[in-house]
Parts: sequence; structure tokens; C-alpha cells
Amino acid sequence: MAEQSRKSGSINPEKPKDMVPIYIMGKRYFVPKTLTIMKAIEYAGYQLKRGAGCRAGFCGACGTVYRTPDSYKIKVGLACQTVVEPEMYIAQLPFYPAVKKTYNIEEMEPTAEAVLGIYPEVARCVACNTCTKVCPQELEVMDYIQETLHGNLDKVADLSFDCVMCGLCVSRCPAEIQHPFVAILVRRLYNHHLVPRSQQLAKRVKEVEEGKYDAEIKWLKSLPLEKLKKLYSTRPREGDPGVELKDNKIDWNDEVKFDYSGTNR
Amino acid sequence: MELREHPLYSPEMIESIKKVEATRPRRAEEARRGYRFEKMSLEEADKLLHQFHPDYIMEQKRELRVGPSKGELLNHEVADIFEAHSRLAKKLDEFSEFIKEPEITTDVLVIGGGGAGNAAALMASEHGADVVIATKLRLGDANTMMAQGGIQAAVTPVDSPAIHYLDVMGGGHFKNDPDLVEALVKDAPFVIQWLERLGVMFDKDPDGTMWVQHGGGTSRMRMHSCRDYSGAGIMRVLRDEVRNRPDKIREIEFSPAVELILNERGECIGAVLFNIETEEYHVVYAKAVVLATGGFGRLHIQGFPTTNHYGATGDGLVLGYRAGVPIRYLGAVQYHPTGAIFPEQIVGLLITEKVRGSGADVLNVDGEKFVFPLEPRDVEAAAIIRECAPVEKGGRGKGVRTPTGNYGVWLDAPLIDLLYGEGTIERKLPAMVRMYRRFGIDMTKEPILVYPTLHYQNGGLRIKPDGSTNVPGLYAGGEVTGGVHGTNRLMGNSLLDVVVYGRRSGTSAALYAKEQFRDFGKPTLQHIYEYEKELAEIGVPEDKISPVILPNYVPEHVRKKQLTSYYQGNLY
Repeated sequence: MAEQSRKSGSINPEKPKDMVPIYIMGKRYFVPKTLTIMKAIEYAGYQLKRGAGCRAGFCGACGTVYRTPDSYKIKVGLACQTVVEPEMYIAQLPFYPAVKKTYNIEEMEPTAEAVLGIYPEVARCVACNTCTKVCPQELEVMDYIQETLHGNLDKVADLSFDCVMCGLCVSRCPAEIQHPFVAILVRRLYNHHLVPRSQQLAKRVKEVEEGKYDAEIKWLKSLPLEKLKKLYSTRPREGDPGVELKDNKIDWNDEVKFDYSGTNR
Repeated sequence: MELREHPLYSPEMIESIKKVEATRPRRAEEARRGYRFEKMSLEEADKLLHQFHPDYIMEQKRELRVGPSKGELLNHEVADIFEAHSRLAKKLDEFSEFIKEPEITTDVLVIGGGGAGNAAALMASEHGADVVIATKLRLGDANTMMAQGGIQAAVTPVDSPAIHYLDVMGGGHFKNDPDLVEALVKDAPFVIQWLERLGVMFDKDPDGTMWVQHGGGTSRMRMHSCRDYSGAGIMRVLRDEVRNRPDKIREIEFSPAVELILNERGECIGAVLFNIETEEYHVVYAKAVVLATGGFGRLHIQGFPTTNHYGATGDGLVLGYRAGVPIRYLGAVQYHPTGAIFPEQIVGLLITEKVRGSGADVLNVDGEKFVFPLEPRDVEAAAIIRECAPVEKGGRGKGVRTPTGNYGVWLDAPLIDLLYGEGTIERKLPAMVRMYRRFGIDMTKEPILVYPTLHYQNGGLRIKPDGSTNVPGLYAGGEVTGGVHGTNRLMGNSLLDVVVYGRRSGTSAALYAKEQFRDFGKPTLQHIYEYEKELAEIGVPEDKISPVILPNYVPEHVRKKQLTSYYQGNLY
């Protein structure tokens, strides 16, 4: 009689064509079988305030846990990226308590000790791998927590990069670790302290500050529209066959050409 | 899995995929030899746009009848939000009393929690201001978080801010505000450096040199990226840094601003916030206000699906406009050439331009190229619409039909691995690969089907290069503003825009608060009274209300039974 008791939760027990029953926090609704969980919740009549953000898998607002009758296992997904399954029992987890600590990236050392100073609970990891199993982005969450302990910040940065900070790992961790916060701290530390800065970028910033390109831009702004268009439509495109660029001068059109004679370039 | 057994594809799609596979070796050979499909001339592009770009369909537009930019030609959906009542309209006298007692008083109020808002908050606090940042959903729920491809800055030896300037102007059809463009391209290298120092994880060589590649309409490779999570890579860091300063920056989530407050001198001195969970209104006084509310994709202009986040309903446009800030180029809407059109669950979602930038061909039903893959976005989108449009409507009828009756063209992603080695797609486009895998498609092996999708608000509120508007004390930055991109933004210039103009508006607001602000004076909603008078003259129905705040996706059959509840927005 399990099937019947499940149906008793629904106002409309008939199964319409191409529709599947789902249970939104225990209450049964029929929804088109092609919908994502998020669209199914809306189809049922909810107007979401929590639990919807980018609707495209980038923001982590719609972490969702569910079970299906065939198994005791907890399943997870982003509601905007997961298609409904018949008889699924779903609950959105749009928020899970986690407290971001404050810190000054510049003053911190890029070490495991420094990270543990901010988030000491990382040391409590029991390597159960539950965080990895629950990650809707399929990241190796436990691995990056372990690499944090070992001080391999480069590996942490790489392994955690695709994290959308949905917090499902936080909800399941027996050691009460706040993984996404650890990850963003490590990525910032790593990139600020350990990754070499772009020299090319630093050089260009200095050039701009010194006004190296001001005269050219002023000249471009002063050009009549027809000349500007001519310059635009004849500009060589880097990488095209036959295009060999030796510098960054605007000198490709003999009719419309910047006069570099008075500049230091 | 063999394609013919694939549960998703229709037989005609499988036929077409076979043609794509058949032409792939030849196309790979052509790519290796440097051959590419010829770029369009300005004249050809112009003709194509007039025939096939949605902006040029005049029945879809009307002249705006109220406010400082009366007469502006806008899509109906956009005109609707301007020709709508204030949420405060029915109780305007009560609200006029209510706003006399502020709940919060601060130096700078930033409205909007995306890339521009967070950058503004950081810069305002750097300049000594106390900041409140109010946002509709969560901090970081914004289009910035979703940007995939990258951020432009001219840093290589063969590139310069002047060449960047030229690309931006051409991409925007030379309608851009030259002063805004100048600030954009000159700040660009500096803001990349600022982000680098904040700890953003850019794609780099071991020696620190940034990877750069092309985007549509660029003449030099200047697209900087963080895999295909470029926006998220930046947004997560900005948000983290904002939250590192709780003593200086106070965040208020789930509380969009619904109206600005002016004083008797016409200066902006705060806003009315609306807590969407408890439905309370809160009055915030600020010496200066920054509008950073983003764009309007969720208005679903001309019925298009959108890549935009849930809250992108153009609220700041309405607030600023009612306060007297003119708009420009708001009739120009960007349709991203490549939105997913199959499978059904992801229709409208963004397929980053980086896929084409990395070498994927754009192909019709016969597996043949029909357009240079990196035209400026409006041109690329129009070319895809033309390829799919039926012959009797002037199109070419070469689209691929999906099982649900949509049409699209192929983006041949597997070509990337063929050209640059196996694993390239996984490495450069992990978000894309992951999304398709979730829906049963392996884009490293199979082409993906795309069609233009509503992506970006090219125009917006008129600002000056310092982020100021014509209303003293009111600043704006990012997608809510118009002018910097002319009538068509290039890829990678929106992330740049939000950081450059977020920073500029935040800095200017803090300086204004410190140096020019006199006192709050007499807070008033007089501008709303006057706007309502204009609305009365054209006869706007009572239930047309804006800002919209959130779209309503509850289906009709449910709504008609929700007899005593109503949704206060004009998308009803």
C-alpha cells in the first residue's frame, strides 16, 4: 500500500500524460518530465525568492538534496541543472550556516599554518570523503582539504577552482569544515603570494600612467567618422594569414595614419 | 554511445551530425592552413543587421511617452517598465512621511550586489566612506558571476589601449561615447592588475604572463580568462574582499531598492529598500548613491530566452529614470549568437564565445561554414538567424530542427581537440563540458546546437566618465549605464565595464560624500509625484508596476486558481 499512501498526498491523483510525480518537501505534484527541478518547482506554483540565482549552474543558490524510492542514498544536484525523476523527494538547501572569517590577504603567509589559523576546523578532517560525494560540481573536495593540510596551495587552487559555493559539502561534513570558504581563502593566498605577477601587464600599466597612449587616443577621438571607419575596416587582425605585427603602432593605413614623429615611440 | 542509439537526438539531427563529422577533417586542414571564412564588410554587415537582427523589427518597438528621454524607441517590454507606476504610488503621501525617519544613515549607498556594486563598495571604502550595499538576492547573484569568456585589456606588445579603443568603437557602430571608451581602455590594464593583486586566478604561463585570445570583433588577442569561469573567478574574489571589511561595508541582502529619495535641492540622498522576505520597507539615507543594478534580460524581450540571472529586471533603469536621468541606446539589445537551443532543459543558456575563440566552427545543417565565427555579436547573431530563417522569409532554411521544433546551427566543439590536442576542451571549457554532460551530451565528441539568446542591455542611464549622472549625488556603473558600448558590446568588455565603472562610480561617490555633500535637506518623493502625473496623462493601468523585482514563472493554470494573491510586477 506504499504506492497508495504516497498518492494520498496529492490533490490530483490522476497521472497526466508525460507528467511525473515529484514530492516538494514531501508534498506531491505532477510536473512535465522534461523540466529541471527548478522549473518544476515553479511549475507547481511556487515563486522562488530563495533557491534561485543565475539559473545556469554558476552561482550555487539552488543546491538541492533528494532521494528516489529505489535507494536509501542521498542524491544531490543544482536545481537549475538537474532534470526531475519520477517519485523524487526533494528539498532545496539554499542556505546552510557557515561563517566567513575576515582576513587581510596581503599580511597573511601562504602556508597551511596561516590557513589553519583562520579555519582551524580543517585539521578535524577525518577523510570520510562525504564532501566529495555530495559535490554537485563533482569536485575532489576532500582532496583539496587534505592538500590544504599539506600546504600544497597550488593543488588546492586547481582542485577547488570550479566551486560554486553552494555549501552542500558544509551541510554533510562530520568535522564541520566550511570547505568553500577555505577554498576561496587558499586561492586568493596562492594567487596573491605564489603565482608570479605578469611583467607585461606591469609594464603596460606604467606606460598608460605615463600617458604613452594619450596622443593616439586623442587623435582617434578627433578623426572624422569616415576616416575612423576606414581605419577600423582596414585594421589587420592578429593571427590572420599574412598578418605579421611587429609593434602596436597605428600605421596600417597610408591615408589615415598617426604621426609618430613627435612622440618617443 | 553510438549516435544512432542516442536517446536525445532525432533522426534528422543524427543525419546532420554525420555531415558535420564528414566535413570535419577538411575543415581542420583548412584551419591549419590559416584559411577562414571571409569576414563581412561594414556594408554587408549593415544590410544583414537591417534584415535579420531583432533590433530592427519596428513592430516590436514603440516610442517612450514619459520622462526625460520621451520619444526614445524601445522594445515594448522595456517601454512597459518605464510606463508603469511606482510601487509606492498608491500610498505616496504616507511614504512621503515615512521617508522622513531613516533607519540607516551612511556615506555611500550602493544598490546592486554584482561586479559593479562590489567594486564600487570596495573603492568607496578605500576612500574612507562608510558603505551600505543593498541587493535584491544574495551578494554576487548577478550576471557577472555567469560571465564565462573573459575580460579585455590591451597588454601585449602588439596591442595598445588605442587599438582597443578602435575595436570598441567599431563594435559599437561608432555610436559609443568616446570619453567613456577612453576611460574604459585606459583603465583596463590597471584593473586587471588590481584583480591580480586581489588574488583572482587568471590563466597564466608559469612566468606570470597572462594567456590572451581573440573574441568577436577584436583585432588583437586581449581576452584574459579564468578557465570558463572568468566572471565567477572575479566575482567570488570581490565578494570575499567586501566581506573582509564588515566594519566599513554593511551588506543588506534580499532588499532591492524600489525608489530613490531626493531632497528639495534635487540631490539624491538615499533610497527606499524593500525586504522581499518580510515585505517591510526600509529607508536609507546616504550622502551619495551608486546604482549598480545590472541589466534587463529577464524581461524576455521579444519573447527570447535569456542567459541572464533571475533578478535581471532592469530595476535601476526605472529608479534612475524617475529621478531624472536620461537613457541612451536602450533600444539596442544584445542577443548572444550562441545560446543553447538543445536539449530543451538548457534552452537560452550561454555557450561562451570562448568556444568559437578557441577554434570551433559555426556550421549549418549540411555541416558547412556560413559565417566568420568571430564577427561582432550582433552580426554573428543576425547571420545565424538568417541561416535558420525559412527561404520564403528571405532566410536560407539551413537550420537544424530540434525535436521540439526549434531551429539552430552547430558549434563544432570537437574540432578544438582535433586542432590543439585531446583534452584542450576539458581544460579550457570545464563549465561547458560539465553542463552538457549533465544533460547527456559529450561536447568533446559531438557538436552542440545553438541559436541567439537575449544576453545584454547595450544601453542604459547616461553617465560621465567619473560615473556621475545629471542628478547630484547619484552615480551609476556597469550594465545599468549606457554609452560606453554604443549599440553593440564586444565580448569581454562587460566584465571590464563593471570593474572599471564600478570602481570609478564608487570612488566618485565617496569623494562627493566627503567634499561636496552639504546636508540631507528636506527628503522628498516629489519626483515620483511628478512622474505619476505624466503617467496619468497617458493613462497607465493601475496594475502596471515597476521595478519588476522578480519575473513570475508560475504557469497560467496555477495563476488562475491563485484567486486572492497577486504579483506586483508588470510581467503578469
